[in-house]
Amino acid sequence: MTKKLVVEEFADNLDARNRRGTIWHLLFQASTVVGILALIALMLNVINAAFGYVAYEARVDPDTLTVDGTPLEDQSKDQLVTLLQSELSRGAYNKLDNEKSFAERSRDDVFQLVVERIIRPKVVAVWDLWPSLTQAGEVRATVAQEYPKAELDFISWLTTDFVTRPQTSEPLTAGVRTAVLGSLWTIFFTILLAFPIGVGAAIYLEEYASDNWLNRIIQTNINNLAGVPSIVYGILGLAIFVRALEPLTSGEVFGLVDPTTANGRTVLSAGLTLGLLVLPIIIINAQEAIRAVPHSLRNASFGVGATKWQTVWSHVLPNAMPGILTGTILAVSRAIGETAPLVVVGASTAISFDPESPFSKFTTLPIQIYQWTSRPQSEFRSLAAASILVLLILLLSLNASAILLRNRFSRRY
Amino acid sequence: MAETTLKSAEQKTPSFSLRRKPRLGETVVQGLLFFSGFFSIFVTLGIVYELGKEALLFFQMPEVVILDTLTSTEWKPHIGKFGIWPLLTSTLMTTGIAMAIAIPLGMGVAIFLSEYASQPIRNTLKPVLEVLAGIPTIVYGYFALTFMTPLLREIFGKDVVQIYNTASAGLVMGILILPLITSMTEDALSAVPRSLREAAYGMGATKLEVATQIVVPAALSGIAAAIIVGISRAIGETMIVAVAAGAGPNFTFNPFIGAETITGHIVRISGGDLSYDSIDYNSIFALGLFLFFTTLVLNIISQAIVRRFREVYE
Repeated sequence: MTKKLVVEEFADNLDARNRRGTIWHLLFQASTVVGILALIALMLNVINAAFGYVAYEARVDPDTLTVDGTPLEDQSKDQLVTLLQSELSRGAYNKLDNEKSFAERSRDDVFQLVVERIIRPKVVAVWDLWPSLTQAGEVRATVAQEYPKAELDFISWLTTDFVTRPQTSEPLTAGVRTAVLGSLWTIFFTILLAFPIGVGAAIYLEEYASDNWLNRIIQTNINNLAGVPSIVYGILGLAIFVRALEPLTSGEVFGLVDPTTANGRTVLSAGLTLGLLVLPIIIINAQEAIRAVPHSLRNASFGVGATKWQTVWSHVLPNAMPGILTGTILAVSRAIGETAPLVVVGASTAISFDPESPFSKFTTLPIQIYQWTSRPQSEFRSLAAASILVLLILLLSLNASAILLRNRFSRRY
Repeated sequence: MAETTLKSAEQKTPSFSLRRKPRLGETVVQGLLFFSGFFSIFVTLGIVYELGKEALLFFQMPEVVILDTLTSTEWKPHIGKFGIWPLLTSTLMTTGIAMAIAIPLGMGVAIFLSEYASQPIRNTLKPVLEVLAGIPTIVYGYFALTFMTPLLREIFGKDVVQIYNTASAGLVMGILILPLITSMTEDALSAVPRSLREAAYGMGATKLEVATQIVVPAALSGIAAAIIVGISRAIGETMIVAVAAGAGPNFTFNPFIGAETITGHIVRISGGDLSYDSIDYNSIFALGLFLFFTTLVLNIISQAIVRRFREVYE
């Protein structure tokens, strides 16, 4: 009798409980779907802007450049060079010749120069990928009606040329070479500072440090530094590297001052600032890698009479290295994507020449994206989208190599 | 017998002792390693000293009155008004919107991953979250400006929603913080031992009851820590608000109009050519110091919660 009552009480609200369970299950599933949809929307949004129709007008009509009845497209290289010589100022022509002599340039290259310097196409309207695909007819009609002189092309803003061209103010000929090189230079100094110190600190904390108050403070401090907002590191970099250490970071003490910069807002300052930023991440990752090396290995090494450093150098480090490198790559990809600290340190807004030394002015890929995103015209949005794709491809390949490294060399004990 | 062997062994090997020999190389290496370990202390001291020094200069400037800074609702450097409130309210607003998105969604995803999802689903979803976490914040900024803002303007009308607004920045910031909260919460949930779940099932609990009445309470300290770290991350987040939240401090609680956060203000001020020792220059140090201590306190609280309230099982 009692037993039956209990079962009935269970059964009373069992349906309701199960219903509630199903509803919440669906809600949990839905939140996961929302997260994935957000990622998909983000990707599609970038891709949508990186391809599509663009309408542009020539500032100088190519028909006026016809020589002896030969239209521009069919002219020989010599004719094109003569054209450049007559249309450009002497200084501009000589500058081009100095960069790479006209004798060495190919016809296509010269033709490109004619387009860039003389015809100078100007973007009048841009369409995203989606309207370009679904409303191609309307797009053509609009262009024919509103911009009768304009040419309409379906283009990909992301091309190999986009990666190899320097930054310019003309959307159609702008590229990210300057920014990519700036990023690479910066990252080089970031690694130079953060890798040795980070790995050293991890070895110290895992292998040498005894459990006393000083070492506990060091450990807590590292954990806290990892949570400091990146912009605070930017402010620190501005105060220390750009200002206090200006003679060093501007190259003054080496007598290598870059005439275009002549202050501390250089590649070197940027790299060191990012180095401080990723240092705690590298230390924490390296500590985990070192901790994963089994104690038996160390004991075996001590057993045959090796000193502490010999043990660390020949047994612990080689075994921990894949983990350390994986952690470092992840930290570096964080540094490559950082924007805010570099704005504070003083990234240049528009430079079209490549960084040539640690003491050059700099811009980086995320800074370039920030610049282009902040401009209201949609052609710059498209450029930003294309450079986001460059950045994401770069980061994706870095992460893929980190995963490969982890799978290839990871050992289980 | 045994004593004599020991003695003779001692006599046989007088040439080396088992004492630690001083080795120069080892000492030098150890010194270098200690320096590396100690380097991070210099970084912290550097932050506190440099930011403190310049912030002090800021508060010593004749235009700045500390009382006004704390009470005034106007931040207008050109007429000498430095009330922190407009910057603070917009920071709180973006953070609040972000957490309103990230906490429920993050918890939902974490509970789904840890309690409901099968192994293959978990193995595919976790890398997706990692990808989401690895995307640079400037990309999220682009997303906020070119996707979220037009979407909001479509929904609420172009007269209501301005091109730059804190709602769009906050929503996208929520998406940014989602993977952080999810992975920390998921770690906390999976640390709850299986036996607790089995016991609850044995009592006749449904899956939902196990998840919400057994596992979540047992992992509460980890979840609280995740939320606090998320808040600290949202306060310090810069590029999304710099791109999408608008320029110019604005004392408002309307999420659909532009307002500048602390971080957004620092980026805009330092984006131009900032001359040393100007009041703008010093003001970013004061704001930076404020950010540093706010996030530091939040992080310390989160670590303390984990240490203090962690349920230890076996």
